[in-house]
Amino acid sequence: MTGRIVYADNNATTMVAPEVRDAMLPFFSDLYGNPSSMHLFGGQVKKYVEQAREKVAALLHADPSEIVFTSCGTESDNAAIRGVLAAYPDRRHIITSRVEHPAVKNLVQYLGKNGYRVSEISVDRLGRLDLDELREKLDADTALVSIMWANNETGVIFPIPQIADMVHSAGALFHTDAVQAAGKIPIDLKNVHVDLLSMSGHKIHAPKGIGVLYIRKGTHFVPYLMGGHQERGRRAGTENVPYIVGLGAACELAMQTMDEEQTRVQQMRDRLEREITSRAIDASVNGDPENRIPNTTNISFKYIEGESILILLSEAGIAASSGSACTSGSLEPSHVLRAMGIPFTRVHGSVRFSLSRYNTEEEIDYIIERMLAIERRLREISPFGRDEMHAQ
Amino acid sequence: MWDYNEKVKEYFLNPRNAGEIKDPDAVGEAGSLACGDHLKLMLKIDKQTEVITDAKFQTFGCGSAIASASALTEMIIGKTIAEAEKITNKDIVDFLGGLPVEKMHCSVMGQEALEAAINQYRGKSPEPLEERKRHIVCECFGVTDAEIMRVVRDNNLTTVEDVTHYTKAGGGCMSCHDKIRQLIAQVRGEAEKAPPARHERRKLTNIQKMRLIEETFEKEIRPMLRADGGDIELIDIEGDRVLVSLRGMCSSCMSASFTLKKYVEPKLREFVSPDLVIEEVKP
Repeated sequence: MTGRIVYADNNATTMVAPEVRDAMLPFFSDLYGNPSSMHLFGGQVKKYVEQAREKVAALLHADPSEIVFTSCGTESDNAAIRGVLAAYPDRRHIITSRVEHPAVKNLVQYLGKNGYRVSEISVDRLGRLDLDELREKLDADTALVSIMWANNETGVIFPIPQIADMVHSAGALFHTDAVQAAGKIPIDLKNVHVDLLSMSGHKIHAPKGIGVLYIRKGTHFVPYLMGGHQERGRRAGTENVPYIVGLGAACELAMQTMDEEQTRVQQMRDRLEREITSRAIDASVNGDPENRIPNTTNISFKYIEGESILILLSEAGIAASSGSACTSGSLEPSHVLRAMGIPFTRVHGSVRFSLSRYNTEEEIDYIIERMLAIERRLREISPFGRDEMHAQ
Repeated sequence: MWDYNEKVKEYFLNPRNAGEIKDPDAVGEAGSLACGDHLKLMLKIDKQTEVITDAKFQTFGCGSAIASASALTEMIIGKTIAEAEKITNKDIVDFLGGLPVEKMHCSVMGQEALEAAINQYRGKSPEPLEERKRHIVCECFGVTDAEIMRVVRDNNLTTVEDVTHYTKAGGGCMSCHDKIRQLIAQVRGEAEKAPPARHERRKLTNIQKMRLIEETFEKEIRPMLRADGGDIELIDIEGDRVLVSLRGMCSSCMSASFTLKKYVEPKLREFVSPDLVIEEVKP
């Protein structure tokens, strides 16, 4: 390793912003009190928790009373889904998509084996949701629809406003995992009628270990963690004050940088993807090019394998991800790309680059050159596609 | 991130003997594109002495698959066929100073390709697909009882998890775990005369079909289409629907749909499952 790090795996986790870290530090030293305490020493930190709540609410265009702090996106997803099902015990049908994050997918599959009826809505070759299928599956027995706002692997954005309206006309509740969308694209919960929404701190430059569950006012919900009265009884457990403060700071920053995400970051992403696909031996983009979060590109390289690509990228100091089976520890490749009908020849060779505002144009140049060299090197030793390569 | 040792990394980053032998005396292949790794091993053999004078490989696969293949070529060059034949996957792992346990199947793929190459050199035809199918224990990854018993024996394996790491068998739907346990017991002599695992025909899931369908394409269908200048690509498997796309001459051939229904589909039904339906996807 050269010592240089080009971090292009921001959908996995992000750097803690220096402003966020600075905002957190006092709460590890002087301000360590418990916000629930009666004494002033503890009570004084409560206002910082409430300020953070207001900042999160501002990012989502929600009311602060609708914001519940959790430990992570996975907890928010579990709390949302289990909380609604517990509140509507007579309804036994859950709808989700085939491309959800494991935090939703595996929980819903578990519920499917334990008394619930589950429908998984398909996506097309570009990863777009089949809304007709969703309309057909909605029925009087449907308790909850849980469909992500944007996909973590491809970045494809689903039409959440439209889905929310469809779900409500059928009388069900709607939860969305917005972990990859929040902070990257505008979310306006005054106008988009989702009932519950999950987000995660460490995807938007706050640290790992803090998440948010938005619960719209008036939504019937049974708490997942029972105990003390924290978070208005909706999530027991002493508030993780430093991390809550950090998340508030990260949301405030995200509001200031949202324009940059949609201009400079998107331009870098577009250039990365354009140059790689036009200059590679055989590479193609996975996912709807029209509707994607601005920082993500998922590129498949035909006839080479993702883990090999990642190791060689890593040797060059570049951090990225892959949908290959070999990188997951399981023996099966990405369920998202498989659901989209991407052929095996391309699924195993998929690489996801996810950028942030901390990336530079020069880093993009570096990724492009190294990636193209790696493709050529691995194609040289691949038994497949020999003729196509030599035709180049 | 896998914890590869320095030697594995070295053989991945600077592979020895990667490439092609133009006029090989033997070629052996193992693995499958669908399952994420494939190895093609090519040998030059001195007819008089039966010494392997050159070996080259091409690999589609992860870091340890490339390292294992490269290591294997170094191990066999200069050996006679009889000596090379004794090499097991464990020897490859030892040569590399160890592999992460989840990656042991990469070394087994090396051994299988070597065996296939030697069989080809000796004029032994590969096991017919129908025969092989009867011995498959793990349908997800198309692994036979003999293959499982060999890794259990060579590597002194004791658990189903071990077998999955070494062969991928049992890593999909998990319905073969009991059979794998029986095979382990049988090899280890813990169950004298345990009944051998029998392949029972039952409804296959998508991933179970994957490998069998691919094999059928490679061995039964493609050679015939290629003879006519055409080719076929497997696009996806949706339940019992096998989606394919025709290439080359086939894509413009008037009788292509006839070929699909009258030739390709019956082959798939014969070798994989009688419920399969083939459908053409236009690019």
